[in-house]
Amino acid sequence: MSDQAKTRVTINVNGRDMSAEVEPRTLLIHFLREHLNLTGPHIGCETTHCGACTIDLDGRSVKSCTMFAVQAEGSKVLTIEGMAAADGSLHPLQAAFHEHHGLQCGFCTPGMITRAYRLLQENPKPTDEEIRFGIAGNLCRCTGYQNIVKAIKAAAETMASQPRKEAAE
Amino acid sequence: MIPGRFTYHRPSSVGEAVKLLASLGEDARPLAGGHSLIPMMKLRLAQPEHLVDLGRISGLKGIRQEGADIVIGAMTTQAEVLGSALIGDKAPILQEAARVIADPQVRYQGTIGGNVANGDPGNDMPGLMQCLDARYTLTGPSGSRQVAARDFYEAAFFTKLQAGELVTEIRFAAPAAGHGWAYEKLKRKIGDYAVAAAAVTLTMSGGKCAAASIALTNVAQTPLLATDAAKALIGTALDNAAIDAAAKAAMAISDPTTDTRGPVEYRRAVLGVMVRRAIARAKSRAR
Repeated sequence: MSDQAKTRVTINVNGRDMSAEVEPRTLLIHFLREHLNLTGPHIGCETTHCGACTIDLDGRSVKSCTMFAVQAEGSKVLTIEGMAAADGSLHPLQAAFHEHHGLQCGFCTPGMITRAYRLLQENPKPTDEEIRFGIAGNLCRCTGYQNIVKAIKAAAETMASQPRKEAAE
Repeated sequence: MIPGRFTYHRPSSVGEAVKLLASLGEDARPLAGGHSLIPMMKLRLAQPEHLVDLGRISGLKGIRQEGADIVIGAMTTQAEVLGSALIGDKAPILQEAARVIADPQVRYQGTIGGNVANGDPGNDMPGLMQCLDARYTLTGPSGSRQVAARDFYEAAFFTKLQAGELVTEIRFAAPAAGHGWAYEKLKRKIGDYAVAAAAVTLTMSGGKCAAASIALTNVAQTPLLATDAAKALIGTALDNAAIDAAAKAAMAISDPTTDTRGPVEYRRAVLGVMVRRAIARAKSRAR
């Protein structure tokens, strides 16, 4: 229990325990962006529709604008900043989005990639239809999705042929 | 958008949660998946002074069989309903419905208890639970009671839930083996509520419909159990005339409002189509 005053929240983000003093009403997206300076997760619609703020939390894709930071106390979070390997080499999803033009303006991309990451953990060989169903909570207003689907499919093939240790897993 | 200030509580048991809710009274709200409440708080349409987070109460999670009953803990998420082999085997209609609720991220967080307890006529699970004749276990500071889903809903956002009570579990008798089932929902886009939706379960015997249950979503202030529509099917071979009669009976009890999903006439007509499709598909699945 805590009162309206600030409370200390500790969340493991991209493999490191991160703490901050926050109000209970502080949303997880604000904890990430304003307290940890992780501005990869974007604030798009703020109404749980667009998915730009998607992060991975304890093995689930979560819209971080619709969760209070206090709810995530003790959880394990992966953001786009945690996707590349320690040596800076891109995650196969990032490489595939680059290669297949899976983005134009890039605003939806961090959410799209973190969502696709969880989708491929659960379903390593998705069909086009399963990919579209799986990313239905992420809106892109540029690409028409075609190249995003291609990129995710290509990344799935890369990941199947070159198993690698995941950054924050 | 930033919600108003509140005090946060994280009980570790149902007993602790209902004690908190009872003592804090009207100013407190339980927080389940938060995907209805938090957006409302961001818009300042809800400004609770206390939030009682149910997320760490492990006893509220899980799906199990108890004799003939399927029991679903209130904090079980829609994603967990989708992933449950038991639900897939015994009540696959719930998975068909869960797939058309919101989007993957929302389904990871959104709970079945929150969906049924909120009293939002747009929610899908209340109609499903009426179709399956489920009972909700409501737990308050003085103990638990059961209320049938068919009696639970009074008006939009008004239910039989008393202050200080929580929906803690949902239970229903597993439909007969070999039953046919379908949930048909028309929505404008992923994540939208239904223009109209219909849940149907039925059993066939010797080519005739032996039992049927039909419930309707988002065509009135509450979900509707379409008793006359189901009656119109019993004893028939589910021919076109019977399906027509059922669709007309369902449309007759509907009372949709004109909104961004369309005018009353359109939504009622769509309901008829949903009922027809759901019956036809349930029939094709019945053995």
